[in-house]
Amino acid sequence: MSSGSDNLRELAQEVVREARNAGASEADALILEEEAFSVTVRLGEVETLKESISRTLRLRVFDGKRTAASQTSDLTPAVVRQLVAETVEMARRTSEDPSSGLPDASLFASTFPDLELLDPEWDALSPADRIAMARRAEAAAMAADPSIVNSEGGSFDYSRSRTVLANTFGFLGDYAGTAGSISAVPITQTDGAMQRDYWFSTSRRVSQLESPEAVGRRAAERALRRVGARKVKTCEAAIVFDPLTARGLMGHLFQAVAGDAIYRRGSFLVDRLGSPVAAPSISVLDNALLKGGLGSSPFDDEGVPSQTTRVIDRGTLGNYLHSAYTARKLGSRPTGNGARTGAGSMTVGPSNFYLEPGTHSPDEIIANTKSGLYVFEMIGSGVNLVNGDYSRGAAGLWIENGKLTYPVHEITISGNLKEMLQSVDMIGNDLLFMGNIASPTVRIPRMVISGE
Amino acid sequence: MVINAPPSVFTATYGVTPADLESYLAEALSRGGDYADLYFEHRVNHSIVFEEQIVKTATKSVNVGVGVRVLSGEKTGYAYSEDLSRASILKAARTAAFIASAAPDGSKIKEPGPVAREHDLYSAPILPNELGVDRKIAMLEEANLAARAYSDKIRHVQASYVDETKQILIVTSEGRYVWDVQPMVRLNVLCIAEENGNRQSGYQGGGGRRSLDVFSGDLDPKAIAREAARQAVLQLSAVDAPAGPMEVVLAPGWPGILLHEAIGHGLEADFNRKKTSAFAGLVGQKVASELCTVVDDGTIPFRRGSLNMDDEGNPTRNTVLIEKGVLQGYLQDSLSARAMGAELTGNGRRQSYDHIPMPRMTNTFMMAGESAPEDIIKSVKKGLYAVHFGGGQVDITSGKFVFSASEAYLIEDGHITAPVKGATLIGDGPTVLRQVTMVGNDLQLDRGVGICGKEGQTVPVSVGLPTIKIREITVGGTEK
Repeated sequence: MSSGSDNLRELAQEVVREARNAGASEADALILEEEAFSVTVRLGEVETLKESISRTLRLRVFDGKRTAASQTSDLTPAVVRQLVAETVEMARRTSEDPSSGLPDASLFASTFPDLELLDPEWDALSPADRIAMARRAEAAAMAADPSIVNSEGGSFDYSRSRTVLANTFGFLGDYAGTAGSISAVPITQTDGAMQRDYWFSTSRRVSQLESPEAVGRRAAERALRRVGARKVKTCEAAIVFDPLTARGLMGHLFQAVAGDAIYRRGSFLVDRLGSPVAAPSISVLDNALLKGGLGSSPFDDEGVPSQTTRVIDRGTLGNYLHSAYTARKLGSRPTGNGARTGAGSMTVGPSNFYLEPGTHSPDEIIANTKSGLYVFEMIGSGVNLVNGDYSRGAAGLWIENGKLTYPVHEITISGNLKEMLQSVDMIGNDLLFMGNIASPTVRIPRMVISGE
Repeated sequence: MVINAPPSVFTATYGVTPADLESYLAEALSRGGDYADLYFEHRVNHSIVFEEQIVKTATKSVNVGVGVRVLSGEKTGYAYSEDLSRASILKAARTAAFIASAAPDGSKIKEPGPVAREHDLYSAPILPNELGVDRKIAMLEEANLAARAYSDKIRHVQASYVDETKQILIVTSEGRYVWDVQPMVRLNVLCIAEENGNRQSGYQGGGGRRSLDVFSGDLDPKAIAREAARQAVLQLSAVDAPAGPMEVVLAPGWPGILLHEAIGHGLEADFNRKKTSAFAGLVGQKVASELCTVVDDGTIPFRRGSLNMDDEGNPTRNTVLIEKGVLQGYLQDSLSARAMGAELTGNGRRQSYDHIPMPRMTNTFMMAGESAPEDIIKSVKKGLYAVHFGGGQVDITSGKFVFSASEAYLIEDGHITAPVKGATLIGDGPTVLRQVTMVGNDLQLDRGVGICGKEGQTVPVSVGLPTIKIREITVGGTEK
């Protein structure tokens, strides 16, 4: 199938016209086209090689204050025409909802900032180059130590995507982006016990990727530091979250400030706008305008221009994040966080959501911790966003008198997100983007560790 | 080649002919390769969300595609096309072929002939995608009213319905030619209860691989809704969960997620073929107390994890994983079975045409034992009784796993007492079942809500458990 970007723009416009003809009062259509390549090399041999080009159309229609949505990977005109008609018919069977509708017409822009989402340099990498990068990452990990005898492989992934959005107000926008990553997952074997860890580097630009060797070595270091892990006694202690686990905390925070969680009263931050919800050192942003950011885009999935939203400003809850729907429901303004579900309906999603870095180096944070746990892995889903209760599995290194000592696993750490946010007492200067949600190192002075 | 093609959507709507199929396989093996298969999928999904007393939205999805896979030793080449035209599928086949680099060998392709399926586990007279929205909306309205009637502390109710009707056609270079129609329905109710500024949630869902007739008895929409409401209201009075190792009794049914995380993933053949699983090399060894017999059975009629055939076209079956404490074998897909010289178990599954199949669970559960559940509770002096769980996760290499209780109670002197707040339980997969000291006579499967994630792919599964007692496992509460 070959059709250039102009064809996709025409198709999106054609779909909203058809929706209107089928009786919709308003409609918008988003087309996502993605070209992807991925390779995994294991023990030096190519294990899987996958290539694809995919396209999907996501449509939302309104019949006055009623709405329905649909999605299809089959873009043949007859299938699309029938789906449009069925979607309008479905909308008629739903209820009137006063907050329903496209974003207000006044919100749409016609010019957009260049957010540097696209890097043509990826095209210069041949399949052989890409396979070689995966192979080098794994080889560097395997070479790091004799105890690394096995591996889940090294990988290279690349995708180039194009998003086109049209609506019945005449809005038409599109943008394209690239992203790639290199990863390695080595396994150590010592006295019959295995430990596995990983590292990856991801960016929209080739030049900003870590070298395959750096990725492999870091993955190996991370696996090696787990060797000999044991439980600790149940106790209360300081917890230092590394940037990867701290970004998990930011993920929970995002869910708690998303407008849909707020109107459902399903968040521990309901009714807290303008109140101190975190330590004064905490400022959290949702910034869709970050140049080259993995979560950046010129407009959201319903066409609202991107913006930077100060979610928490020096400890005070400044804004919830909204789609047009949640903004209307809660009497606020859309923040450009409209995100389309796989089935085409609208929800609230993060752009680049991150904790602003502090002034301490991670080493300084560890050196200032008398006794506690430096956490580098969290597992499980034990977070109750409705009230903030938190209990998750963890692995890390024990800190004694400001020094990292032995590795720890098969323990949980527990507390409550409300108190955890309030009590953060040190923030690292090491903000690290390995996705669209990010954090520097964070210390919480007291949580319960459950172990032996 | 003569194929009596089945009356599938792929032939009827997309004009895929038997001659096409053979040419696609030939293209896939044009650079050598040991094996190739084609996975055609046509999937229709519907959803309806009922919230704040109104029908908020309804959705429909239509996804069509074909995945082409080529195996060369333990290497996999994969490509897919969402356009079922001859040119596009040939292009995907050519892309997948690149994994191999030898001369083509025409003898690798056996003439495909339609194979009778061994099972007929979920044929439905009316498929979910043939039903209008009225009955579905009526069920959500019933659920909403039942949840709100349960207690005036219920502040928010979200009832949602989803269904799927999937048609698949699988053709392999070994001559398999099989197809299936796979229905699935599910209803979910989420309740938020509020009292004096204390807020709690409760969730229950249910469904199975059939049509709306599944929603009766335990799965009546009102019963599902009342259960969600009960959990939310109950949690309002929950006290802090204990912290540290203790005796734990798991209720029957959904707590079988223990088996899924602690041993199920670790027994998937890919991890054992690569020796990355904590269970690698343990077949024939004792990994559980002799009270434990654990199976993965994909052949239970109408169950969420059941399949007439797996996503490589091989029949599902009942595989004994652990018999009286001794590890029996692994869950296989064709790649691992081939490499390990093992029998197929019908566990090669994939999320959809855009994913490579791999070994996955179906319905995983422990067989019933002999103890009465009340005797199990009575035997505990001080411990935890865990009834409902959220999710779980495992590191298959270290064997450490977690699963998070969303409804649990203290057991004091043989009696169930105060409800406690949610807490994560953490343990070690290869050793936790050695700690099982009592197994109840009350095996139950879950209500049909399981979603299993592995390497970015999700598939529907079921779990099951009788009441069991675990001598010691670490509970991650806040009350020391």
